[in-house]
Amino acid sequence: MPDKELLTGAQAIVRSLEDLGVEVVFGIPGGGILPTYDPLYNSKLRHILMRHEQGAGHAAEGYADATGKVGVCIATSGPGATNLVTAIGDAYMDSVPLLAITGQVASTAIGTDAFQEADIRGITFPIVKHSYLVKRTEDIPWAIAAAYVIAKSGRPGPVLVDITKDAQNGTAPYVFPEKVVLPGYKPTVKPNIRQIKQAADLIAAAERPVLYVGGGVVKSRAYEELAKLVEATGAPVVTTLPARGSFPSDHPLNYGMPGMHGSVAAVGALQRSDLIVALGTRFDDRVTGKLDSFAPHAKIIHADIDPAEISKNRYADVPIVGDVKLSMEKLVEFLPGTRDLSGWVRYLDGLRSRYGNPNPEPVRDGELMPDYIIKRIGELAGPDAFFTTGVGQHQMWAAQYLPFKEAGRWATSGGAGTMGFCVPAATGAKVGRPDLQVWGIDGDGSFQMTNQELVTCALNDIPIKIAVINNQVLGMVRQWQTLFYGERYSNTHLHSTRIPDFVKLAEAMGCVGLRAEKLDQVDDVIKQAIEINDRPVVIDFVVGKDAMVWPMVEAGTSNDDIMIARNLAPEWEEMPL
Amino acid sequence: MKIQTLSVLVQNQSGVLARVAGLFARRGFNIESLAVGITDRPELSRITIGVDAESPEVIEQIVKQLNKLIEVIKVTELSEDSVARELVLIKVHATHETRSEVIDIVNLFRAKCVDVQKDSITIEGTGAPDKLEALIEMLKPYGIRELVQSGLVALGRG
Repeated sequence: MPDKELLTGAQAIVRSLEDLGVEVVFGIPGGGILPTYDPLYNSKLRHILMRHEQGAGHAAEGYADATGKVGVCIATSGPGATNLVTAIGDAYMDSVPLLAITGQVASTAIGTDAFQEADIRGITFPIVKHSYLVKRTEDIPWAIAAAYVIAKSGRPGPVLVDITKDAQNGTAPYVFPEKVVLPGYKPTVKPNIRQIKQAADLIAAAERPVLYVGGGVVKSRAYEELAKLVEATGAPVVTTLPARGSFPSDHPLNYGMPGMHGSVAAVGALQRSDLIVALGTRFDDRVTGKLDSFAPHAKIIHADIDPAEISKNRYADVPIVGDVKLSMEKLVEFLPGTRDLSGWVRYLDGLRSRYGNPNPEPVRDGELMPDYIIKRIGELAGPDAFFTTGVGQHQMWAAQYLPFKEAGRWATSGGAGTMGFCVPAATGAKVGRPDLQVWGIDGDGSFQMTNQELVTCALNDIPIKIAVINNQVLGMVRQWQTLFYGERYSNTHLHSTRIPDFVKLAEAMGCVGLRAEKLDQVDDVIKQAIEINDRPVVIDFVVGKDAMVWPMVEAGTSNDDIMIARNLAPEWEEMPL
Repeated sequence: MKIQTLSVLVQNQSGVLARVAGLFARRGFNIESLAVGITDRPELSRITIGVDAESPEVIEQIVKQLNKLIEVIKVTELSEDSVARELVLIKVHATHETRSEVIDIVNLFRAKCVDVQKDSITIEGTGAPDKLEALIEMLKPYGIRELVQSGLVALGRG
């Protein structure tokens, strides 16, 4: 191919990303990836220099969540690559399209325990959608293009491309593949119409149907199709943690989040349903509780793009493999009609009015309450807000109390439950959507895992707002110690009101640091934070440590045993049908 | 225990066996037997896997998970009437007193003697797993010194 331009492997990496339309990459250089950082220096790609590779990975995830594009992160060999592992695992569990590029030692040194050598492909086998180890310069454009296509299509997920240093340094004609053909990879996108008809007939005949909406609806950006399906069926809706916002929370048919900390109405809807229409969701144990007592009367329609999810945890009476967006569109088209669901809706309305989220009390025993603060942030932030979270109590309160009127304004670590997700994910989200007001609702535990990325934000004009819900403890773990370990608080006290001083820490990192300890300060600091747009802001909300997340389905127990407070179960009245 | 044989056609690339084997380990499926080899097309390999068929649902899930691997081209669940063969090498104790008896057994099973020493015979047997099991049972009384068995390879009929 004499007419093809000769490029080094490093140049080919950068050019391939450019040709794929990638605009931003998050990373940290090092020896094994150093050749690639040279052409990156004058590339049109925006490279955000992170402070930890885990941050680079989560930032790429936050970017992907906010934009729907593939998030790209880059790290060097050895520890650089292993530091990405948590983010790759997180992206795998939550089906985030992530392209991770790592440098590798020279192909001649592989297997010799060379300096900064790690078999990152082997390490990540169980947590990637796919991976490539590239040892030849001429293979680079194809590998990057294939990885990008795989990450993005079908059920999205993380793909790793590990590229040896000699492949980066070598030279080859640059050939960007016009089309990537993978003989073993053909995701089924279009649903089978026979299955759609069967499903539509079941929906039409159901007396107590529920639409159980998961993250797949968000991945597919299928909000309109969902709204039309709700309209056509009149069926109650529950939205899982990653699907919060995919259907407006204030819609009368949205009964909230199912699962361990879901609402009584949402959990009750599933448990008493005669037909669950599962849409882009996977019957996760946090949703089903004890599996053999989950929704005992329900038939299951399961629409998902990943056939392996269908009947994995719960047998599907009607499986629909395909893009949930198309599946919902077709379900509406073929729906022969619906029954009168008013009795069912009335029953669930009753549960909601009796056991819905109460307005949280602002102060208890002289201390600020965390759920109240999160609710206030949601109310004051307004319609252009995007939220990320860490993992723990604050995450559950965020899922319960944020407004969720807009779709696609939410990034949280669901399946993996990765503490430390909040700050870097907010960083990536703000880079992807600078027009949005990006808030991170974090806990003092989660915050201390990755807060150094605020330095990245301060230096790169990424003005995010982080609300640290500082209860001084690893709150969710402590809640379990309270409930299941006889209040023996082993190693959950972080003393985060003494050390570190989050305000000073924020200031040291180039952010504005604010603090609220009293009720009259809460609105004030939130409003101040909203006004500041030239720097990141950290608010230290000092709250009491004894608040617990309710309702709760204890791990391994039945959804029927949901508790609305300690030792307090809801009263299930008989269905009046 | 009932064994289900899966014939997995994969791209012949580095790491593909590790990916397939790792999938079984990670998802808690047991591999009872494993054989890997090239096919008539050099870019493809065939992995023949025997798995404990606890239930049709488990097999279905294994097949679906295998199909998710990008390098897996096709997964076939081989039925019981497929042609399935294993190879076994057995070094059995045999003196001049017992040698002819051992050779009779070998002939009966259409196996072969591939090495003879003063006090031992090494036997090569191929066949369906139950036939080889029977062969081994017959030889046991003479004293099996060493035994090595290949994984099952199989093809569907027709």
